[in-house]
Amino acid sequence: MPFLRILLLRLLTTAITLAGVAVIVFFVIRVVPGNPIAMMLPPGATEADIARLSALYGLDKPLVAQFGIWIAGVVQGDFGTSITTRQPVLDLVLGRLPATLELSIMALVMACLLGGAAALTGTRYRGGRTEGAIDVANGMALSVPDFLWGLVLILLFGVLVPVFHISGRVTPSLDLPFATNFYLFESLIRLRFDLWADIVAHMFMPALALAIPLAAIIGQLLKQSLKETMNLDYVTLARTKGYGETRVILREALRNAALPTLTLVGVQFTFLIGGTVIIERLFSYEGLGNMAIDAVINRDLPLIQGIVILFAVIFTGVNLIVDLLYTVLNPRLRHG
Amino acid sequence: MSFLSVRNLSVRLKKGPPLLRRVSLEVAAGEVRGLVGESGAGKSMIGKAVLGILPPSVEVTEGEIVLDGVDLLRLTLTERRRRIGAMAALIPQDPLTALNPSHRIGPQITDRLVDILGWTRADAAARARELLAEVQIPDPDRVLRSYPHELSGGMRQRILIASAFAAEPKLIVADEPTTALDVTVQKQILKLIAGMQARHGTALLFVTHDLGVVSKVCQRLSVLYAGMVVEDTSVADFFAAPRHAYSAALLAATPKYTDPSAGLNPVPEAVIAAVQAEVAAFDRGRAHG
Repeated sequence: MPFLRILLLRLLTTAITLAGVAVIVFFVIRVVPGNPIAMMLPPGATEADIARLSALYGLDKPLVAQFGIWIAGVVQGDFGTSITTRQPVLDLVLGRLPATLELSIMALVMACLLGGAAALTGTRYRGGRTEGAIDVANGMALSVPDFLWGLVLILLFGVLVPVFHISGRVTPSLDLPFATNFYLFESLIRLRFDLWADIVAHMFMPALALAIPLAAIIGQLLKQSLKETMNLDYVTLARTKGYGETRVILREALRNAALPTLTLVGVQFTFLIGGTVIIERLFSYEGLGNMAIDAVINRDLPLIQGIVILFAVIFTGVNLIVDLLYTVLNPRLRHG
Repeated sequence: MSFLSVRNLSVRLKKGPPLLRRVSLEVAAGEVRGLVGESGAGKSMIGKAVLGILPPSVEVTEGEIVLDGVDLLRLTLTERRRRIGAMAALIPQDPLTALNPSHRIGPQITDRLVDILGWTRADAAARARELLAEVQIPDPDRVLRSYPHELSGGMRQRILIASAFAAEPKLIVADEPTTALDVTVQKQILKLIAGMQARHGTALLFVTHDLGVVSKVCQRLSVLYAGMVVEDTSVADFFAAPRHAYSAALLAATPKYTDPSAGLNPVPEAVIAAVQAEVAAFDRGRAHG
């Protein structure tokens, strides 16, 4: 029962957070200079043209009234119409969401695998040269931001040794039989491994660029807590039972050491999703982030609002999942 | 023939001062030997060396640890670990930190049986139930499914004792197994260990700073000071007439709960000075030899 109560409480706080985000994004993008009407009209348009177009989009009403109209729609699931494409914002945003989700999750998996491997290897050979090398690699990975890793990867594996695609989500000439926009997932379900390979070859570099800094953070923190855990009494007791070093690390230490790392991964994963905005642009990957940049350039106010709200939903969702995972991993939190 | 014999074991901090100074002691099969001394005297260090769990910051500089006829220090790391895992076990000091918080109790008792000794899970589970009954834990099935944080300190120490006896080891090192417990629980746990030891015929290396415990549980006794064995004797002889001045002072320093007015008798400074001079003489001898 407490589990359900925690869940309900979290949903309530999530609703409050989202309401706050809605207010902030709505007013902030109207305070900054530049407006969509100016972007739409050709140079030399008259005052009357501007007024007519403003009235058409409801931009002549007081801000508070505009907000009221928008939020009333949002509550009913209507996020308005994009000014540039004249399509419903919700359709546009949900159409792009799968691409960004797949990219982020692939990056997260890569970061966990790379960081986990670094932490486990560093712990296994702690105090030696291997650990030193891992620390150096971690430091390098951490001190370079994701978009620079993106450029480095494009240079290495797109230009010098062209093994991966550097732009797009899938080769445009391919015939896609997909019913959803979860290409990576759906190609697996449909057993179309040819398509799957093409999609992975497109996603690999942007995902890796996003993953490298996070992998370094995971590697450092997990190694730190693994090393601390390795000195605890129950680990020592396990050694007397005849277990080897590797098994002691995996069986006794890893699960307990993973807890502090997990919290951090949750927070860092939201930063990673933020990073998709630049990375998607860099790799011309057709996701939410790329769409967000276009929306900002065109001052497409309803679309910006829709994207920001969706990002906020993802962020709070990620935090909720981390909290729930935490209770699963830590039996002491399950009661009370 | 001793089951465990430690000969001239010297251990020091890496590039630092010695922690054990040519320690020798024998434990016959089924015998209980007490290791007493002040904190820092090196009594736990001996137990750790025997179980192959010396911290990475210390190194063995000389000596032998012969377990059932084989010198552990001559084995490879893997061979040593296997041998210790199959023949010896540890009853740790603090039951609150010695159980893994994220594993259930059952696997923590049976893991060695299944993973190292190759028992089937069903056999191991039956054995765990039998052991919990032996350490007088009611409702063993519930306890086996519990996590450590759901059980009291006394319960957890009983579980650790059960786990130590699980594979019928020939030798158990008990590292101050009652120090972290309530006084009321201490007595029960002590009785339990003594009873289990007698029933199973296990040799026991009992590390403690409590001479009262020694008199109840042990047959032989090594008194340590600054990593040196100052006296190695039978418990009966020790309590009748300790040979070494430091041992005598240690015995005199034991508080008498039956006579609170007697007050505390710390080890006299002269005795400390004398035993420290012995240690210094030992170190000088080493430096020249």
